[in-house]
Amino acid sequence: MPMMTMVQALNDALALELAQDPEVVVFGQDVGQNGGVFRVTDQLQARFGPERVYDTPLAESGLVGTALGMAVYGMRPVVEIQFAGFSFIAFNQMASQVTRVRYRSGGVFSAPLVIRAPFGGGVRTPELHADNVEAFYLHMQGMKVVIPSNPYDAKGLLHAAIADPDPVLYLEHMKLYRSFRQEVPAERYTVPIGQAAVLQAGSDLTLITYGAMVQVAVKAAAEATRQTGASLEIIDLRTIAPLDEASIAASVSKTGRAVVVHEAARSGGVGAEIIAVINEHCLYSLLKPVERVTCPDMPFPVPKLEDMFIPTPERVTKAILRTLAP
Amino acid sequence: MSLAYTEKISFQVAPNQIHQVLSPAGEIVGAIPPLSPEAMVGLYRWMVLGRTYSNRMVTLQRQGRMGTFAPINGQEAAMVGMAAPLKPDDWFIASYREAIGYMIKGVPILAQFKQWGGYLADDYPRESNCLPFQVVLGTQMLHAVGIAQAIQYHHKPDVVLAACGDGATSEGDFNEALNLAGVYQAPVVFVVQNNGWAISTPRERQTAAETIAQRGPGFGLPGVVVDGNDVLAVYQVVAEAIAQARAGGGPTLIEAITYRMGAHTTADDPTKYRSEASLERWRQRDPISRFRTFLLEQAWLSEADDQQLGSEVEAEIQATVAAYEALPPLDPQRLFEVVYATAPPQLRRQEAALLRDLDMEVA
Repeated sequence: MPMMTMVQALNDALALELAQDPEVVVFGQDVGQNGGVFRVTDQLQARFGPERVYDTPLAESGLVGTALGMAVYGMRPVVEIQFAGFSFIAFNQMASQVTRVRYRSGGVFSAPLVIRAPFGGGVRTPELHADNVEAFYLHMQGMKVVIPSNPYDAKGLLHAAIADPDPVLYLEHMKLYRSFRQEVPAERYTVPIGQAAVLQAGSDLTLITYGAMVQVAVKAAAEATRQTGASLEIIDLRTIAPLDEASIAASVSKTGRAVVVHEAARSGGVGAEIIAVINEHCLYSLLKPVERVTCPDMPFPVPKLEDMFIPTPERVTKAILRTLAP
Repeated sequence: MSLAYTEKISFQVAPNQIHQVLSPAGEIVGAIPPLSPEAMVGLYRWMVLGRTYSNRMVTLQRQGRMGTFAPINGQEAAMVGMAAPLKPDDWFIASYREAIGYMIKGVPILAQFKQWGGYLADDYPRESNCLPFQVVLGTQMLHAVGIAQAIQYHHKPDVVLAACGDGATSEGDFNEALNLAGVYQAPVVFVVQNNGWAISTPRERQTAAETIAQRGPGFGLPGVVVDGNDVLAVYQVVAEAIAQARAGGGPTLIEAITYRMGAHTTADDPTKYRSEASLERWRQRDPISRFRTFLLEQAWLSEADDQQLGSEVEAEIQATVAAYEALPPLDPQRLFEVVYATAPPQLRRQEAALLRDLDMEVA
C-alpha cells in the first residue's frame, strides 16, 4: 500500500474522481497549472485538461454561486477556496443558496457540490489564513462539514463528499498536509460522512476532538495515562455536521467523564454542541463537568503567540487530570 | 489587448441610446421583429395574464388569503420580451419580479401562488429549467452563469436568461456574475429590469453611472439599453443577444428601462417616498396599452378578441385561485424530508420530538 501525505491523498482522490466521472470538475484560484497553493491539485490540469481543472478569477462568492448552477444542472463541482478565512465572502451563497436549493424547491432540485478549503493554526500564516471557521458552518442547516485528521480519512472522506447528494464543506488543516505519511489504498474507497472514529478505546474518560487536535489529544492522553494509569477513550469526530451523536453518547455513557478539545474559539463552538449532546443523552452518567480546551474567544491568535494560545498536549493533559480527579 | 500609449489623457464614459420599436403612443418607430400576428397576440396575452395575476394577488393578500406579494404592474413588457425568445431547453433564472417569465417557461402559475403563500416551491418542474424565484437579490445571476458553464461544458446549444432589477446591480454577486461570464464566455444573457426603485431607493442612488448597461463593457461584454415598456423592442434585443450566446458569441448585458407602478410588495407604501406626478408620467407609457394600440391598428386584434382574451385570462387566474385554496394542508413532516437527501439521525429525532409535542402521529 502506498504511503501518502494528506496532500497526496487528497490529490489522489481528486484524480480518481476526475477519471471515473466526467461530471466532476475542479476549480478555484491557482488550482490549474500551479496545482494549488498547497499542490493539492498538482498535475490535475495536465492530466485532465483545462475544461476539467481550471483557474478562476478571485471571487469566492462567484465560485460557490456558479458551482451551485453547475450542480443544479447535474455536474459535481469541487470548488477550492484558497483559505477558509476567505470563505466568509461566499458565506451568503452557502447560507442562503447552496444549502437551500433542495429545501426551497421541495426536493425538485439539489446542489451536490464540494467546497474544499485549508485552514488551521501553527504554521505562521498571515491574518485570516488560519482561522477555524467550522462552527459557523455547523449552524448552517443543510451543510455537511468534514474535517479529516489523517491521510487515510482525508481520501475516503473526499470520495464520500463528492459522491454525497448534498453540499459538503471539506476543511483541510494545513498543519496536517505534510506532517506525516500513512498507508493509503491506491483505489477509491469512502469513509462515511457523519461517523466518528474511536481511535483508542478506554473506560475512564472520553477525549472528543477532530482535525489537527487529534494528534494533540493522543499525546495528552498518553501522558495522562502514564501519570495516572487511567484508561482513556479518544474520539475523532471526522464530521462536524452532522455530529455523530450516537458515538459521543455511547462513549460518555460508559466513561462518565469527557474533555473536548478544539483549536477554534470557545463560545458557540463545536464543543458547546458536543456538551449539549452529552447533556441530552447522558447527563446522569457524568461524574464531573465536561471541560473544554480551546482557543479563547478572540480573533485567531497572531502568529507570534499562536503556539501559546492553540491547545497543547500539556494543557490537554492538565484538563484530563482535573476531570479525572474525584 | 490592443492598447497603445499616448501622451493625451482620455476620460471616457460609454454613450448609450435606448432601443425602441413602438413609441409610447403605439406608433412604429423601429423595425418590427419577424413574428406572426398570432405570436404577437401571444405576447400580448402573456402581458394581460401577468397583470391580471398581479392584480389578483394583491387583492388576495388584502383579503388575507395570500402572503406578502410583489406586484409586477408596469413591467409586463420587459418580462414577456425577455422570456418569449427562449426555447424549451433554455434556462430562465430570475427573481420574484420576473413573474411572467416563469409562466412562459412552463412553470404553473400555481407555483408562484404557493411560493408567495408560504408553501414549498415544489411546483417548478425540472424540465421547465427555472429555479424557484430568487429572494436574495443578485445571487441568482451567479447560478445562471454556473448553469451556462455547465451547458458549455456539455457542448449543448442552450442558453441561460438571467434577470434581476436595478437594485441588485449594486450587489457584489451581480458584478461577479458579469465578470465570470465574460471570462468564460458563457452562454448567458443578463437582463436588468431597471424599474426606477429598490423599495424606496431611487435608481440614481444605486449607481452614479448614466446607465446600468454601460457596466457591460467594463467587464468585456456588450451593453444595450432598451425601452422596457416596449415588448417588441425587448423581444428583439433579447432574441439577438440569445442568438449570439447560442452561437458561442458570449454574454450580453441588457438594461430594460421600465417603471414599478405598484408598491415594492404588499407590505410597502410607496406614497411615502414618491410622487403621484411620476406615476402619472409612467401611466402614459403603459406597456400593455401601447402594444394593444399597435395590435388594434394592425388589425391583428379586435376589440372583441381582446374582450375574449381578457375573460380567458381571468378564468385561468380564477382556476389557479381555486386550485390554490383547495390545496391540502402542508404536512410538517415534509420539511424534514427536503433538507437533505437523507435526514441525519438528529434531524429524525427532532422530527419525532416536534410531532410528539404537537400531539401528532409519526407517519
